[in-house]
Formats: sequence, structure tokens, C-alpha cells
Amino acid sequence: MINSIYQLTAPRLIEVTYGEIDLSEGGALVRPSHLSICRADQRYYQGARSKEVLAKKLPMALIHECMAEVVFDTTGTFKSGDRVICIPNTPTEDDDVIAENYRRSSKFRSSGFDGFLQDVVLMAPDRLVKISDDVNPDVAAFTELISVAMHIISRFDKTAHQRRNSVGVWGDGNLGFITAILLANLYPDMKLNIFGRHFDKLAYFTFADETIHVDEIPDDLMIDHCFECVGGAGCEPAINQMIDHINPEGTIALSGVSENNVPINTRMVLEKGLRLFGSSRSGREDFEKTVGFLEGSEQSVHYLETLIGETFDVRTIPDIHKAFDADSTLHLGKTVMHWNK
Amino acid sequence: MTFAVILAGGIGSRMGNSETPKQYLMLGKQPIIIHTIEKFFVCPDFEHVIVLTPAAWVAHTENMIKKSLGKTDRISVIEGGSTRNETLMNAIRFIEKNYGLADDTIIVTHDAVRPFVTHRIIEENIAAAKKYGATDTVVPATDTIVESKDGEVIFQIPNRATLFQGQTPQSFNAKKLKELYESLTDEEKEILTDACKIFAMKGEKVYLVEGEVSNMKITYPFDLKVAATMLGGDLTND
Repeated sequence: MINSIYQLTAPRLIEVTYGEIDLSEGGALVRPSHLSICRADQRYYQGARSKEVLAKKLPMALIHECMAEVVFDTTGTFKSGDRVICIPNTPTEDDDVIAENYRRSSKFRSSGFDGFLQDVVLMAPDRLVKISDDVNPDVAAFTELISVAMHIISRFDKTAHQRRNSVGVWGDGNLGFITAILLANLYPDMKLNIFGRHFDKLAYFTFADETIHVDEIPDDLMIDHCFECVGGAGCEPAINQMIDHINPEGTIALSGVSENNVPINTRMVLEKGLRLFGSSRSGREDFEKTVGFLEGSEQSVHYLETLIGETFDVRTIPDIHKAFDADSTLHLGKTVMHWNK
Repeated sequence: MTFAVILAGGIGSRMGNSETPKQYLMLGKQPIIIHTIEKFFVCPDFEHVIVLTPAAWVAHTENMIKKSLGKTDRISVIEGGSTRNETLMNAIRFIEKNYGLADDTIIVTHDAVRPFVTHRIIEENIAAAKKYGATDTVVPATDTIVESKDGEVIFQIPNRATLFQGQTPQSFNAKKLKELYESLTDEEKEILTDACKIFAMKGEKVYLVEGEVSNMKITYPFDLKVAATMLGGDLTND
């Protein structure tokens, strides 16, 4: 069958192209319903990547945060009408040791191949996780981002030593907010400190024990473990602050993307015997955990609802532009598109 | 219940020198008609998909469907009628015989030669037909439409802002369509070649569903070239 695919062909230029779907390949045909814009999508859209990267990746359909509805499943795994979260990471080989999201051979939607701005998408059933109709669909739309935070915390849990009296999250943006919500829910006894540079954003973290401006951190404040959710140019001062304020043998989880190399105080990393680990993207296990979390924690979903910025009913390509334009000026929060194209 | 009715009754006389009806020509890796049927087949709202073809092409169409979709009892290929409306009536008779015609039976009728129809258009047709009883899929007219009564001079130029170009699907309450069609005289049946026109003529409201310019009808060789280009592949039947 012929499928309509809405590809970014150049910065700020989206055009429809057509491809063929071969149902005999088998899989679940899904119709995207709620799509959330990620910073990475926005960078492609604005042309804020290098010329080489843009030349290599475009044309490509954007969006990797997607809730969809199953239209037809040749494998019998899902029923028509099931609401599912789509996993953008797509492994191409098995590996007993390296996780699917770290295999160099894995492909990622809206990075290595077309994302979810399509009429319908044929997916392998293991790339879909069913989600209850009760979860707010505008929150479910950005399950992928929540699953990234879940992945970071799962790795923290495997890596960090057991003295977990206090934890610090650096970053008052979307990832910091989501990571903090998960930490508050999963580790209710751990003292949760949030470090950010925007008082107005820090004010949203009402569920945390402390919110501290990064210019006002008391010298004697010490923390067992840290999460870096800053990214960009802010990575450097953030990581160095963590190194200063972390207790010996603490663990620092790095998750903010920086386009440039980040100089950090390795002398103190060595002296304190710190563990630094990086996390990127997420796999099926993280999606399953996240969906379970969303279905089981109504209060946390309410907190996540506060992240929903503007929602757009998208029926035309100009509607997609409106959503991206609004998202580009968003101070905090997520832009969600209701896909009716 | 909701049924898809794929109209493949045309003999493709406008397709240049090709002897094959246009709906059976290849577009990409599949015949045009298979692309179209698949769009409706995957849609869970349809109890059954009814494909209407010229008598000579029924078995061929069945074979093609089996080859691409495997054995399925959700699709039936039956013979079309002498006109578009008679073909629709054949579909309604098929539904009546096999499923019965209920007050809420909906048919979503679509040209086999419009393979670029989208999931959204189909879904909106079903929803609107259930709510309003009759729908037509349209796009705003882009060319200026000129009306001439004798083909020589302009009679009038209607305001383009109020004009739309009709596409398919057209979707109907099947029982209502049958009643209206049967109330027509033979003369009216000759003139009223479009089922939506029957509803409109009889004072029934027909709701507009927004189509897509890409939901084109592959009628002329030029259209097939455009469709093949849209799909980004080679034109195997050129």
C-alpha cells in the first residue's frame, strides 16, 4: 500500500513523499495519534546541526516521541484500536551483552531513518508497548523522553553504591523535571535536591525537598549521587559543580547532550574515586517500566501534565510548522501534536 | 456495520494504448487496485471489503488479492453493473443478501484508481457517514471553473471560493441510498451518474470531508507518470 511520509527536506521545509508498505513483510501497522517534539527534532528543523549532518540525514521524517493506535497486526500480537507507545530504537542484530540502545548497528527514528510524521507506520511488534486508555494521551505522547529518564535511573540503580541518603539533579528543563519526578516516586526516602539557573523553572519542582540556584549552592552542601540533565554549554560548570559537591565514591549520571567536548576536573574525579556513566536513549525494557509507571502513578502523571505546553491539531503541513515554531519559543515543557493529517 | 466498496468497474478506455484496465497497471511493486484495496483491508472498521470489477476480471482480481494478502474471507470480488450507480446497487444487494441491510449500514465507496487515499480520509468518511448519512470527499477548486452551455462562449464563471473538486471516498447510509435510487425514474437514473448528486437532488444533506490533492485519480497516461514519480520509482508500464 502507498504511504504518505512528511519529510524535512531542508531546514524549515517539510514536504510529503510517498513510499510503499509491503504487508507481506509482517508486523503491526499503526496510525500515529499524539506526537511530541523533542529538542533533537527542533535542531534538525531549525538547521542547527552541521551542514555535513544535515546533508547526511535529510530528507527524513521527524519525531521519535509517539503514541499510536494499532490499525492492523499481521502477527496477532495486538488488537485493532490498541493504544501503543512506539519505540524509536530499532535493533538490527542481537547481542547478549550490549543493550539495544547502545549497539552501533541499531537505527533510531528521526535520526537514522524516518520518524513518525507518517500516515501509517509498519512496526515490528516488539517495537510497540501497549498503554492503558486511562493515561493522558498528551503525556503518553512523550513516553519516550520519560523512558530515557527511567533508563538513566535504572543504570544508576545498578551502578551507584548503597548509601543513597541524598541525590542532586542538575538541570531545570524537561529531562531534569522528569528525572526528578521519577526519583521522587521511586526513592521516596532519598533527599532530592534540584539545581538550576532559572528561579521560575525551579518553582515547578514542588515535589522536591530542595531547589537551589546554581549560583547559591552552600559550600558545605554534600550529596551522595548526582544526575546531570543540563546539556549544551552548561554541561561544563554543572559537572564540575557536581564533582565539587559529591561525596567520595559517588556516582554521576551524565545525560545532557553537548555538541562540544566538555573539560572536567578529572583530578578530583580520581581523588574522590567517582563513577561517571553516560546514558542515551532507551530500549524496550525502559519503555515497559515507564508505561507501568504511568499506569500506576496517577499523581506523577498529574505532575507530568504540567509539562504539556501547547497542543496542536495538525491537519496540514502549515500546522506542523506552527507547532515547531511554538515549540522553539517554549521556555519549559513539551509541544504535542494531535496527528490528524 | 460498515463496508468498503471498491469500484473497479471501468474498462480503462482512456488509458492510451494499454489494453489492461488502468486499475490493473503496476504502480511501484503492486498493481494500482491492490494498493487501494490494502488501504481499506487494514482498516478495522470494515466488516467486509467488496471489490466490483468487470466480469472478465473477477477471477484475475481474486488471484491478485490472494497473492498479495493471502487467503482472506474479508474481501469479496463481484461483478459490477452497467453504470456507476448500478455497480453501487450490486454492492448493496451483496450486503443485503449476506449481512442484511440495517438502518445503520454504511458503505464507503472508493475508486480503485485512487491509491493515494489516506487513513485519515477513510476514517473521517466513516465517522461523517455515520453522523450525517452521506459524505463526499473534496478539495477546494484551484482552477477557475468556467461554465458554458454551448461549449463556445462563457455562460458564467462561478465564484471559486464556493467550488470544490469531488474525489472519493463517497460514503452513504446504504439503506437510504437504495431507497433514493429506487425512487428515480429511468430518465433520472441516466442523468444522475453520481450518488452524492442523488442525495443532493432529493434534498438530503451531503457532508464534505476534506480530501488531499494527492488523492488523485489515475485516469490518463499522464496521471500514471505523475503517480509513479510521486512514489519515486520507475514506471514499469511506460
